[in-house]
Amino acid sequence: MLPPNLKPEQFADYPPEAKKAALANLSTLQRLPLSFLPSLLRELIDYDFKFPAERKALDKELANLNSLSTSQTEDWFRSFAQIRLSPQLENLSWANSPAQFVERLSAHLWATHQLDTFRAAATKYAARLRKVVPPQAPSVPRLGIAVIGQGVHEYPEPIFRKLRPHGTYFSRVNPGNGLNQLLDIVATRAKSHPAAYGHWYIDGGQETDHDPALTCVSYNALAPVRTLLLRKIRTQIERPGMGPEELRSLLAQLRPEDLGFGNPGDAILDWFQMKVLTEGSGTQIFSTTFTQWAAREALRRAQPETLLVHFAPRQRQKPMNEMLSGRSAGEDLDPIGSLVDADMGAYYSWLNQQRLAGAEQSSFLVWFEGHGQAVVIGPSTPRGTESTSAINLRELLLE
Amino acid sequence: MTSCDPRGAARDNRRSVKTAREGSLKLAYDRREFLRAAAGLAAGATLFGSSPFLPAATIPKKKKVVVITFGGGARDQETFALEGQENIPHLMRDLIPQSSFFTQVVNRGILGHYVATASLATGVYETFNNFAATPPESPTIFEYFRKDLKRPASDAWVVAPSNGFNRIGESSHRSYGQGLGASVILPKHLLTAAMSGHSGDVEHLLRDNYETPYYAPELGGTEFELQQLENILKLSVDDFKAHARTLASPDELSVYIARQLMRQLAPSLLWITMHDIDIAHAGTYSLYVDGIRRTDRLCADVWKAIQTEPEYAGNTTLFILPDFGRDSDEDAGGNGFQHHRTGDALSRTTWMLALGAGVREGLVFDRRVDSTDLVPTVGAMMGFSPSLAQGKPVSELL
Repeated sequence: MLPPNLKPEQFADYPPEAKKAALANLSTLQRLPLSFLPSLLRELIDYDFKFPAERKALDKELANLNSLSTSQTEDWFRSFAQIRLSPQLENLSWANSPAQFVERLSAHLWATHQLDTFRAAATKYAARLRKVVPPQAPSVPRLGIAVIGQGVHEYPEPIFRKLRPHGTYFSRVNPGNGLNQLLDIVATRAKSHPAAYGHWYIDGGQETDHDPALTCVSYNALAPVRTLLLRKIRTQIERPGMGPEELRSLLAQLRPEDLGFGNPGDAILDWFQMKVLTEGSGTQIFSTTFTQWAAREALRRAQPETLLVHFAPRQRQKPMNEMLSGRSAGEDLDPIGSLVDADMGAYYSWLNQQRLAGAEQSSFLVWFEGHGQAVVIGPSTPRGTESTSAINLRELLLE
Repeated sequence: MTSCDPRGAARDNRRSVKTAREGSLKLAYDRREFLRAAAGLAAGATLFGSSPFLPAATIPKKKKVVVITFGGGARDQETFALEGQENIPHLMRDLIPQSSFFTQVVNRGILGHYVATASLATGVYETFNNFAATPPESPTIFEYFRKDLKRPASDAWVVAPSNGFNRIGESSHRSYGQGLGASVILPKHLLTAAMSGHSGDVEHLLRDNYETPYYAPELGGTEFELQQLENILKLSVDDFKAHARTLASPDELSVYIARQLMRQLAPSLLWITMHDIDIAHAGTYSLYVDGIRRTDRLCADVWKAIQTEPEYAGNTTLFILPDFGRDSDEDAGGNGFQHHRTGDALSRTTWMLALGAGVREGLVFDRRVDSTDLVPTVGAMMGFSPSLAQGKPVSELL
């Protein structure tokens, strides 16, 4: 089936809000090339579970597409229309299962050496869309905080090597009551600038008491979900003929209720957490990976104005079967390896924050928990400098 | 099959996007400048005219080639960039000064480890499903070698890391294929067989995950493997088990087996596929870097073995190259070092070093080389004709 043949009944299984949006834009969707449309539908089908920032962006993208004349649409999508697809792809049930289609499309693009062409088309489209529909600036300059190194008493190697060139390195930070101070700061921001899913606290271990104004996700709180998920993964792996791609497809079909979410829960946050665990690679077994990926996805999707990420020690590497069994988690930790993971994870959090609108006004703090080392990056903070002044964390954020 | 995130590829508010060509050139330039500064190497292109390479005719008669894939996938930041050099001390200090180094090896194929390694071995960008237990469609280097030079099966071996690579030694091509390929040895299968189901203290050597951390298939291990162990490698089960207990990773096990092969059979064409680095897919940067450091050390171990084994010393060329890189931190569609899904320049552009018999030392070449050029180059060195390979011989090595 090709896009011009799209019918309203093909959206019958979409959740209510997604269906409403699809039907309202049906004639526009029919004009889009098949190499593009399923990736848009993949976003649309999850509309009911999307964060406000994502919904706004999707609404604006659809409104822009609706506003284009036929010839303008052809102009916008000329590069996509040149992508050669196979009859097998055309025959897939892409309207109902857009994510599976995009997976197959990816494989097709690699195999037919069209990936670079597709990347160029996607990049051009996004740049043009950004020009017409600029991303929404935050109501207050964004603040990102990463706390790394829990459980490490001594680490002689240099840290923050990736971040130091972008800001000021402090070597005499008063670490006393540090995490609580930082949680107070983000809570104050959340109350001063209330926004649904606008202020986050992600913890790679046991979450610390925090203000309910914060959207909180933690690795330990998800332990029952992870155990259930790992059990499902093991069951699937042991089935004859099962491979990584089949496993990935099965994980993509899971619903929050399959993993014990809800009763009653926050449907949007449950969906987010489920996606972090089912789409993230390694998030099920390593807390540092979970924390980094959750932060990345929170920034990409919810575009928070405040994000505090607290890394905790992950389990030591073991044979994969043992880690998948879920039996050993938490018993044998690797604090030093986790510090190295988290140091890179903090850098990635900063990079992802800087990809959002208002990057030039954003600030970022990374702190070695329990120690005196930190880096601050901000619009008025000198780059690549060092300060030996005694200072506390609250003062650092005023720098 | 690796997957890309088509819409994610464009998700960045700030950065201009380099073309793949621009990105590859920049990487090549960075590597060259770094190597010049660190190891005092010369630019090969400027010396080539006045200082020709040793002609192949001067190489001893029983020419041997060992190929190591530095895998799976390592980036410049963690290897040849300034901040990465601490992770590859053996390459930098011991091997590169003796090598011809190619700064820009581009893989234009599918960036999945099995299919990409198969492409390296056939000289053709294979397009089969990376996760399928399928042989390459085009003839492999081993088939060209054995058919053209009439070599026995014992003269071409592959030491492969995982279940997924067990068909890599022989293609499905009707003019080659069955009976003409390399013997493939899977060290983990050997160990599984030797342990007879009681693998408790060597479980860490049996990690068999790649591309995705949570897919850990059951390993085979049968009477056939035990026969390989005793008849070919001349190892008793007890000695093998005892030595395995001293090793830290699957790649260490692979190199141990490769050295045993060199000692017992001395194959003329030996292909060793490393894979510890691919733990990066689990998202743990420290384990990824540990994998690079270990692979660096193991490459030096293999080179040392080449120099000390009488059958190899003086007549062997060693090639070391990654199958491909990993995603750039700058590409919003990826997640940095964790995967190789974006197809960006960093994930496609790697390097190659060649050292040993017939190779000039201490030279750096910036020109673009294709991954598929390896097979024609080895063919030209050893005297066989990979007629169906897409690549071209690297003239600087001939």
